Amino acid sequence: MYVLGVSLLSLARFQFAMTTVFHFFFVPFSIGMALLTAIMETIYVVKHEEIYKKMAKFWGKIFLLSFAVGVVTGIIQEFQFGMNWSDYSRFMGDIFGAPLAIEALLAFFLESVFIGVWMFTWDRFKPAIHALFIWLVTIGSSVSALWILTANSFMQNPVAYRIANGRAEMSSFAGLLKNPQLWVEFPHVIFGAFTTAAFALAGMSAWRLLKKKNREFYHKSLRVGLWVGLVGAILTVGVGDLQTQMIVKDQPMKFAATEGIYKDTDSPAPWTVVEKIDPKTHKTTWKVEVPKMLSLLTYHRTTGSVKGMETINKELQEKYADKLGTDMNYYVPPRTLFWSFRIMAGSGAFFILVAALGLWFSRAKKNTLQNKRWLLYVLGLCLWLPFIANTCGWFITELGRFPWIVYGLFTIADAVSPNVTAGQLWMSNSLYFLIFTLLGATMIYFSHRTLVAGPDALDQSDGYGTTVDPLSKGAFSHD
Amino acid sequence: MTNLQLLWFFLIGLLFSVFFFLEGFDYGVGMSLRLIAHNEDERGQLIQAIGPHWDGNEVWLITAGGAMFASFPFWYASLFSGFYVVLFFILFALILRGVSFEFRSHAISKGGKQLWGWALTIGSLCAPFLLGVMFTDLVKGMPLDASGNISGSVGDFINLFSIVGGVAVTLLCLLHGLNLIRLKLSGALKQRAQALAKVLYPVLFVGLVVFAGLLLWETDFFVKRPISSWTILILIVLFSVIATYGTYKDKDVLSFIFSGLTLMGVVALLFNGLFPRVMVGNNAANSILIKNATSTEYTLGVMTIVAVILVPIVLAYTIWSYVIFNRRVPAKKVVNDK
Ligand code: HEM
Repeated sequence: MYVLGVSLLSLARFQFAMTTVFHFFFVPFSIGMALLTAIMETIYVVKHEEIYKKMAKFWGKIFLLSFAVGVVTGIIQEFQFGMNWSDYSRFMGDIFGAPLAIEALLAFFLESVFIGVWMFTWDRFKPAIHALFIWLVTIGSSVSALWILTANSFMQNPVAYRIANGRAEMSSFAGLLKNPQLWVEFPHVIFGAFTTAAFALAGMSAWRLLKKKNREFYHKSLRVGLWVGLVGAILTVGVGDLQTQMIVKDQPMKFAATEGIYKDTDSPAPWTVVEKIDPKTHKTTWKVEVPKMLSLLTYHRTTGSVKGMETINKELQEKYADKLGTDMNYYVPPRTLFWSFRIMAGSGAFFILVAALGLWFSRAKKNTLQNKRWLLYVLGLCLWLPFIANTCGWFITELGRFPWIVYGLFTIADAVSPNVTAGQLWMSNSLYFLIFTLLGATMIYFSHRTLVAGPDALDQSDGYGTTVDPLSKGAFSHD
Repeated sequence: MTNLQLLWFFLIGLLFSVFFFLEGFDYGVGMSLRLIAHNEDERGQLIQAIGPHWDGNEVWLITAGGAMFASFPFWYASLFSGFYVVLFFILFALILRGVSFEFRSHAISKGGKQLWGWALTIGSLCAPFLLGVMFTDLVKGMPLDASGNISGSVGDFINLFSIVGGVAVTLLCLLHGLNLIRLKLSGALKQRAQALAKVLYPVLFVGLVVFAGLLLWETDFFVKRPISSWTILILIVLFSVIATYGTYKDKDVLSFIFSGLTLMGVVALLFNGLFPRVMVGNNAANSILIKNATSTEYTLGVMTIVAVILVPIVLAYTIWSYVIFNRRVPAKKVVNDK
């Protein structure tokens, strides 16, 4: 059905993309900010330096803002499988539901209960105990990623199932968890999340250092951010390399698209840094190539050719002939995947470089960072880059799986709710768009203001608008 | 129907009941911002009463939804796609109120505080109303087709019965919230909460009678399962009577516990009437039954093990978090409320 020229399926897909991308701005940021706050508070516990307590409180405020938006957009995620993708839910429920329910029981309760405790009890527990609360929040939010990615990994690479009664049924829960896809996807996402928050925090600190405000505070914050960012980025990139090896085998079309290859390459295969792709004629021009590099990246050898999309399309047509017929088209959007991959992987390399430079120039022995304004500007821009990198990563993962929603088993077109109308989808799309704009703008506005006000504006308040701990001795009347 | 299927039907009902017990008072407090508070300081105090908990409380809804997906995928799919528009606005309300806690605390100007205070109130009003509408429609019966999809017209969703159901749930949440305020606050706010509850309880009884009448008329509950339905209904009334007694006799804890139990009773009544179905079709042949809607025995088994291990742990630390905050919020204006 078409309304205003857009098909129902496109509307549903657009809405899913919009809600998940928006949600995933806040997820990695919150996960990483919880970790950074926990690290800062732990340093305070160990070193007894007040400034680290201040840091934990200050960055904790920005973490809480992001957490709030993450929570409310997360509820949409859970509901929309049933709301917009009911036939998918029927097909996948036996497998998807369990991880999702465990995520709630194991992770969401942990983080939401302890975040409430952490916010309101700065003066009521010994510092070490109080730090434990934020660690529990960190564990909770990281573990939540594990469970939801268990479900996503199944969709990328189905394992431990059988097809019966018209649906996928779980044959082994342990098997679901042993999915090799999960054990690259989860670390990639989680290290990516640490990297995201680390650079966002370093970037915010850099902007304040450019203004020469609260130097010691932001300098120390910047260094915590850069250390976590350096380690996080190295690990993210390392795991990313393993993922590449895996998709060459499991989802060759996705891989060929990220490299923009239509025709099979020679052996050894050159790596294309940039090129212009024409998806209609399958022509690629303006190539800048590095010889042998693709063989090296793909197989970690100096030889070996890589299959092009045309060959793969033919192979897939044969492989799934009985399911989808022989004239099904398996091409995925090559330009989006090609450039998304370059932006994501490029930022990975860039992060490592920038973190190393930043740490070097701000080292205790000879701190010259304040005079290197160019570097502070570069760091400042790194505030936004990880969000783009994450989004690009998901574009590759999800668009590269076309036409499947569950790879090889169930198509996107079969998954959509048959009874939700295009008119309803137009309404929900527009209203989501409106409220996301509002939430995003407000979140940035308040974070910015918190940042500008600086750590000295921190009152004793940890809760919602009070300046006294409501529960400290004498703050309330017993009756 | 196997034992595991029965167990999970019961557990879904339990999750929704606990959700209404806990989040019910959050909604009530949210609504009361505009009913008993006279200025922003007082609103701040009301919010403090639920500040540390509202988020954890909402997780009960998320868990209920997740558990429904896991154990009854066909129910989850039919219900959530069938009530698309209603659920969309529930989500919208939950989004508004969810961010308003944090945003309100960051707002400096009076206007900003008012704006997010309103968002909290409106969200807290609409969410229970729409949930009430949805659950009432669910038991009333919907136009289901043979593949389990609802395609109804506006009147199937919004009608006298569902509106009364929505209002009843909203009112119950409001009263539950007022009772929490009586428990958590002191001074003028507490008195106003009590005064308002005294007025609202008689209204509630009228509402309950109308709702019960419509339930008799519109559903087959009292024909199919008369004994259990009547028992639960009488219990609901009894709980409300006790809560009312507590309101007039200054027994805050009693009122709070029994307004919560009333909400749980309502959920129990609806689930009891649904049984052995999960979705009621206008055409009875299309009703979805528990035995046809569930996941495999294997998945239910996995989920049962997980729940047996995790739920006690969750309950333990949740209760602990309530215990450490079990003190009254200061009645005085908080210094320098920013
Ligand atoms: C050289 C560096 C990198 C490489 C080689 C790499 C590789 C990959 C690959 C192959 C995928 C697709 C996996 C699949 O479809 O199964 C992917 C996805 C993704 N990437 Fe990267 N990546 C790199 C850097 C980064 C960075 C720096 C971030 C964010 C800070 C990031 C965030 C993501 C995300 C969020 C996804 C989607 C989830 C997933 O499938 O893991 N990546 N990456």
